[in-house]
Amino acid sequence: MSTPASLSMLPPVDAAPGIRVYNQKLGMWVFLLSEIMFFTSLIGSYIILRSAHPEAYPTPGSVLNIPLTAFNTFVLICSSVTMVKAFAAAEVRDARGIRVWLLATIGLGAFFLGVQAFEYWKLLGHGFGPSVAGYTAAGGPLYGSTFYTMTGFHGAHVFLGVVALCFTLFRATRGAYDHGDYGGIEVMGLYWHFVDLVWIILFTIVYLM
Amino acid sequence: MAIDPNVGANLHSPDMPADATHELGAAHPKPRYMFIFGVLAVLTMAEVGVAYLGLPQRILVITLVFMAMWKAGLVAMYYMHLRFEPRNLIFLVIAPLPLAFVLVLAVLTEF
Repeated sequence: MSTPASLSMLPPVDAAPGIRVYNQKLGMWVFLLSEIMFFTSLIGSYIILRSAHPEAYPTPGSVLNIPLTAFNTFVLICSSVTMVKAFAAAEVRDARGIRVWLLATIGLGAFFLGVQAFEYWKLLGHGFGPSVAGYTAAGGPLYGSTFYTMTGFHGAHVFLGVVALCFTLFRATRGAYDHGDYGGIEVMGLYWHFVDLVWIILFTIVYLM
Repeated sequence: MAIDPNVGANLHSPDMPADATHELGAAHPKPRYMFIFGVLAVLTMAEVGVAYLGLPQRILVITLVFMAMWKAGLVAMYYMHLRFEPRNLIFLVIAPLPLAFVLVLAVLTEF
């Protein structure tokens, strides 16, 4: 007995061929588009608060360690290169290359997080905290709360990226991605490059302006 | 026409055999990843240098935003391969950017 048409979950016509992008990649791009608006709202909030309360925001260099973070920015850019190298290795079915470059990306991502943790530790030691209580650094506590919100959410994205990279590496050691099935590496790379892209903008706005 | 499946043919489904590539997208030349990395590194150093120049705030902001957008564009175009994607995906990605721009610009003009 056939299912009545009204109860069928199938579309009434054959699905359109789409935009010539496989589903995982399209899904990741749509997710990243929502991430664009997420970070835009954070950046917009930062700008409006900083514009409304200029007295709370001293020159970034007077509080933040710009050379250290510039170095960390360089580390994250390096991790984008290693990530894209892993993808390039997957394209040519180089199993060892995939594992080596993924491991390098994980190492650089973890290093970035380590430097950020060190930066937080030093800043907290100088009274630059995320809350009103105990804030003794230059400017006002608003500076601390917006700084930690923006860099913290980015750091959380890096952390989740490192976790996802570890899972990707685990799958790679089990023989995935080097038989022309490089979709997982490419989609992982899209996320990782986006995190790098966001940091490029955050670094400019939070540390240099 | 034979297409080398190893030359950055990332437009076809990774689950499909390589010979299906020609139906779903032409192969693109492999981007020069290390060259892009060099440009990103130089731009980062230039940004930090500009920040220490002591420029008037308005000129500093315009210069830094321009450099940051340039870097972000390079990452999206070459590392995220957006330049080599089907036009519909590019439109999809570009669509929210004016909204993001308007959101930030709208709050900026309040001050």
